[in-house]
Amino acid sequence: MEIAVFLFLSGIAIVAAANILVQRHPIYSALSLIVTFVALAGIYIQMHAEFIAVMQIVVYTGAIMVLFIFVIMLLNAGAEQKVPDKVHVVKYFGLPLASLLIFEAGLTASRTFDGEGIPVESASINLSGNTEMIGRALYTQYALPFEVTSVLLLVAIVGAIVMAKKEL
Amino acid sequence: MIPLGFYLVVSAILFSIGAYGFLIKRNIITLFMCIELMLNAVNLSFVAFARYYALLDGQVFVFFVMAVAAAEAAVGLGIIVALFRNRQTLNVDETNLMKW
Repeated sequence: MEIAVFLFLSGIAIVAAANILVQRHPIYSALSLIVTFVALAGIYIQMHAEFIAVMQIVVYTGAIMVLFIFVIMLLNAGAEQKVPDKVHVVKYFGLPLASLLIFEAGLTASRTFDGEGIPVESASINLSGNTEMIGRALYTQYALPFEVTSVLLLVAIVGAIVMAKKEL
Repeated sequence: MIPLGFYLVVSAILFSIGAYGFLIKRNIITLFMCIELMLNAVNLSFVAFARYYALLDGQVFVFFVMAVAAAEAAVGLGIIVALFRNRQTLNVDETNLMKW
């Protein structure tokens, strides 16, 4: 049962991700990417990473992708033109190389972690108060990286304002 | 009980799709989305390993990755808007000022 849910969700994620490449218009790619993100959030919930799942929906789907769609609408981006030259080499070498990357990663994963599974339903692991534990870790062990993150976001705000100015 | 390898394979597939899309797509916004897809693939590995080792550090790292992705999206889309304003194109092949 668990594995069926997992395979269903990951199937949706992979098909939607492949659809990003198939679609020529960026708005369809963006919508496919949203489907991928939601499916991933489902996988996170199944792994009992509820905080990450909610963050996935709120931050990725709710903020980042809305920003993407906003920019696509703002720039009135049309469909990608068919470009006959230049990309051919990449297109024909890229697919075998990407498949090789998948194959290699799968081989390594199955060899290293052969037969070991993730206890999806076990309550023995003390992760029940997941969000609380993450909050505690963020403010104790990872306090410095957390503060640096806030500085990073400040820098990003300043950078975005500079980019949006009339002349660069 | 779901084998850890399944998660890693799904993660690898998503990452490879993102990497391949980054190579073949010409629209700069789609390239950006492929980067986001790769970040998400790595996040999936992080969460799977966090679950596997029963540690929360992986999930904390996902939090940081999301923060960096948000910052990156804000600045990157700002760059895209500025680029479009200056060059009137979103095709990366036509934006070759810094190419050899």
